[in-house]
Amino acid sequence: MTKANTYVGSSMPRVEDQRLLTGKGEFIDDVQLPGMLNAAVFRSSMAHAIVRRIDTSEARALPGVVAVLSAADLPRPIPRIPIRIAPIEGAERFLQPVIAEGCVRYVGEPLAIVLAESQELAEDALDRIEVDFEPLDPVSGIGDARRNATLLHPEAGTNLVADYQVTRGDPAMADDAALYRRTESFRIQRHTAVPMETRGLVAQWDAGQGRLTVRGAAKVPFFIRNHLARMLGLAQEMVELIELDVGGGFGVRGEFYPEDFLVPFASRAVGRPVKWIEDRREHFMATAHSREMECSLEIACTSEGRIIALRGEIAADLGAYVSPTGPIVPSRAAQFLAGPYHVPVLDLHVVAALSSRTPVGSYRGPGRFEAAFFRERLMDMAARDLGIAPDEFRRMNLIAASDLPYSIGQLVPYEGPASYDTGDYRAVFDRCLEDFGWAERRKLDGREVAGRLHGLGLACVIDSSGAGPGEHACLYLQQDGNVRVHVGSSALGQGIETTFTQIVADELGLHPERIRICHGSTSLLDEGHGSFHSRSLIMGGNAIVVAARALRDAIRNAAAARFGCTGDEIRLQDGRACKAEGQSTAFADLAPLEGRGSFGGAEKPFGYGTHVAHVAVDVGTGHVEIVDYLAVEDAGRIVNPAIVRGQKIGAIVQGLGGALLEHLVYDDEAQLRTASLADYMLPTAADFPQLDAVTLALAPTPRNPLGVKGAGEDAIAGPGAAVANAVAAALSRYGVEPKELPLDPPRIWALLAAAAARACR
Amino acid sequence: MKFPPFEFHRPGDLPEAVDLLLSYDGEALPLAGGQSLLPMMAFRLVAPKALIDLSAIPGLDGIELNGDSLRLGALVRWCDVLCSPVIANAHPLLVEAVRHVAHYQVRNRGTLGGSLAHADAAAEFPAICLVSDAMIDVVGRDGKRCIAARDFLLGAMETDLREGELVAAVRFPIWPAGRLWHFREFARRSGDFALAGVAMYCDPDRQAGVCRNWHIACFGLGEVAQRVDAVEAFLEAKPADTAHIREAVLIAQRHLVADGDIHAPAGYRKALATELLGRGLNEVFKAVAGGDG
Ligand SMILES: Cc1cc2nc3c(=O)[nH]c(=O)nc-3n(C[C@H](O)[C@H](O)[C@H](O)COP(=O)(O)OP(=O)(O)OC[C@H]3O[C@@H](n4cnc5c(N)ncnc54)[C@H](O)[C@@H]3O)c2cc1C
Repeated sequence: MTKANTYVGSSMPRVEDQRLLTGKGEFIDDVQLPGMLNAAVFRSSMAHAIVRRIDTSEARALPGVVAVLSAADLPRPIPRIPIRIAPIEGAERFLQPVIAEGCVRYVGEPLAIVLAESQELAEDALDRIEVDFEPLDPVSGIGDARRNATLLHPEAGTNLVADYQVTRGDPAMADDAALYRRTESFRIQRHTAVPMETRGLVAQWDAGQGRLTVRGAAKVPFFIRNHLARMLGLAQEMVELIELDVGGGFGVRGEFYPEDFLVPFASRAVGRPVKWIEDRREHFMATAHSREMECSLEIACTSEGRIIALRGEIAADLGAYVSPTGPIVPSRAAQFLAGPYHVPVLDLHVVAALSSRTPVGSYRGPGRFEAAFFRERLMDMAARDLGIAPDEFRRMNLIAASDLPYSIGQLVPYEGPASYDTGDYRAVFDRCLEDFGWAERRKLDGREVAGRLHGLGLACVIDSSGAGPGEHACLYLQQDGNVRVHVGSSALGQGIETTFTQIVADELGLHPERIRICHGSTSLLDEGHGSFHSRSLIMGGNAIVVAARALRDAIRNAAAARFGCTGDEIRLQDGRACKAEGQSTAFADLAPLEGRGSFGGAEKPFGYGTHVAHVAVDVGTGHVEIVDYLAVEDAGRIVNPAIVRGQKIGAIVQGLGGALLEHLVYDDEAQLRTASLADYMLPTAADFPQLDAVTLALAPTPRNPLGVKGAGEDAIAGPGAAVANAVAAALSRYGVEPKELPLDPPRIWALLAAAAARACR
Repeated sequence: MKFPPFEFHRPGDLPEAVDLLLSYDGEALPLAGGQSLLPMMAFRLVAPKALIDLSAIPGLDGIELNGDSLRLGALVRWCDVLCSPVIANAHPLLVEAVRHVAHYQVRNRGTLGGSLAHADAAAEFPAICLVSDAMIDVVGRDGKRCIAARDFLLGAMETDLREGELVAAVRFPIWPAGRLWHFREFARRSGDFALAGVAMYCDPDRQAGVCRNWHIACFGLGEVAQRVDAVEAFLEAKPADTAHIREAVLIAQRHLVADGDIHAPAGYRKALATELLGRGLNEVFKAVAGGDG
């Protein structure tokens, strides 16, 4: 193709936006089917209890209630929700049944599902269900779990899901008595994604055809389809999962939850379509939590500040059951603990424990947010001890461009060794500091301006992307000259319809309006692996590249046959196949043609970058204001800069929520105390007005044809670390060292009070 | 998050509303702006048998300045307060406080009467009533009663309202020219209920460089807004200097009562309230010195 690519690399307006901004998107609650019932899930009010009896008779007697199904109405054995990723050995002992049977293990665990003629009636019926509970002691957190005094799954004999060691380098090297060392303990609070649209499903059983249709799928529709079909005893092709528009995913939407079985099962049981929409209160107890983790970490370095070793322990709370993605959280935290630095010795004990809380799953940047906080905080403390500036300390320890690719060893038990691919970590670091005006601003560190103390904090992050099985794409050139693209990726608001269109437009020399991306149904392709781990562009995008090139060749060959030349002589431009001397034909005249392609199996690319936060702390109120924030990152190659910038800024704001606001609070009875948006603090438009993200296309990866690295997640890793470091810098005169998030006003106040008490001693 | 079933009435006058309330034997609730009541019903924390909607009762949304008081009807909404030129002059402290109530959308519906009857510990309006020595007019089975704000607010979501009684209006004493005032609160995010706040006013004697008639209330830290009488008495006619502020803060520390919850422990809330008090006094004292009323 001689024509230069013009769409990839441009901020083409999102093709999704016309539909969404004019109110023509279709979300799950927009779906209305004739005869449709509404479902409400009856959930456990107890954290841990034996279920002696469930009495649904009064609920059933309510006019308008069609059915109330509990464990007794399900086939035996009750299906259990499978692990999808990070299959840690032994985790299969702790899988969640699709409905609680005999025992409940967290507040919010489903015990029954009510089907009624309206949502109101379904909820009225919930109030009439009686359960006879015999309370058991809850397991309240990691320490409690490790004591194994109360067992959540007695048949397993332990509350520990995983307990393993990962190492690299020669541990003896770290024992050198001449090394500087410091050990600290850190903690990240339980918090989660909270997409604006809660989960929801509409299941429709067609008894005549023996066919089930489920709308509301997201993220991994094929995986859900395969397991749902198995659990219901149906052939895969008799189950169709359909994606609609969604109001956010962030890792929590679209995994296999109990409702993904219960709602379709209920539809088949009563022979009518069933709609279930999670309400916000349910969402807080029924959709995966994440991030709760403790870390005790030792750093060892030379007196000049070269890091020799990081050693310690990571312990994560996985909640009451191992969710489809649960083990990813601690295992990735361990894998990314060393970050983009050269750390010769790594020796980490990894523990994953159960508790009487909502199961934990993947949330944007799982383990990365946590790892960055632990590491970057400890690095700042070490740098201060050694009298080295925090920027110097990092620059010295960042992996040099000449050392890439850099082998990080085998740091997760379920994958082979990995290596960082391309980049220039120090160049991006320097660019960030320069753009931010670090040298000048740093003069403010610890200084009081208008009654508030200012501070600057740094964090360097790295993230893998594009995990999982390969993806497939089919491109169909239709009779009208348009190209239809079927791909196994799913849309979660990240704009793949746009970026995929850009790719096809350039590969085929076709106007974007002639391209339609179809990803919404398990019937479009034989298999697909969906969207997670920032993989859609890497897997789906590259599969589309391969398929588009196949279609391009097919078009050229067809045109060549027509013009009596070879395929090489054909150029594709503006929807026409052109031969050199002015002969050309429209694509439409060559239709139908198709191109198929797959991509997968290669090593993962690693995006990386530097974050810097400037905060002002009001010592009197404990308020931390983000005065300014900048992230500079390298995505390898950028298909749509506006979309990437949106992803980065969104990720930073979400990360700032985790740093300063968000906290899922449980009390001693393991009751969730933050089950509304009044009590669970999300960032609002007014909170962080001043931030920016610069994404470079500095070092394309050789690990996929497009050269791209994932851009959806890595930016969430920085804010917890950068903000905490900035707060420490601001409060350095008091010797305050935050070791726990969120840095909410009462915590700042408590840190200052403790510092004052220390000063008095 | 759907409402439980309820009956609905929209009476045309206050006596009818009172009768309707009484006819349900305590199982009906008045509905004003619905911004507190309806979320509680959606959460099924309350399930009244009937809602008695006050919105069709004429005359409940009046804003009147009489000889000796500013009278605000129970159905006056936050947005009415913010755009009323009468209130801007007659009670600038109230206007400033209402700017901190909730968000735009909620301010378009929420009412003064609803806020008083709901009596949230962190609500601004009850604190303004308390600090201003407001009188609350209520109507019930036995006709009208007037209750001083101090006696009306009994605890967290607890008032002196008896069964079948409705808030009809709130009366504020007239606001003299030259009065100094200050309002300050601290919330996690803009629009959230405050973790603590302070409202105060006093009348300056500029010649003497002192203030008299101190009124100070803190809210958000305990079950109910608190007047800090001891601080008021201490500051009476004291010279405006930092030593007196420090002393006033210490006195407040001894007198304020704080509770903790998931958002903040009691110790923090108390420290915050006294910090805000100190900052407020500082501003007022600056104004005395600077002479800008
Ligand atoms: C997101 C959000 C944020 C908020 N933030 C704040 C805030 O920062 N500060 C703040 O002060 N408030 C806040 N509120 C509450 C809001 O101000 C409410 O509107 C107010 O507290 C109640 O007024 P209402 O008219 O909505 O009352 P309703 O919700 O209609 O009623 C509240 C209660 O008062 C009773 N009631 C109502 N009117 C009368 C009457 N005339 N006589 C007797 N009883 C009556 C009702 O029966 C009910 O029990 C917030 C609300 C929301 C939804």
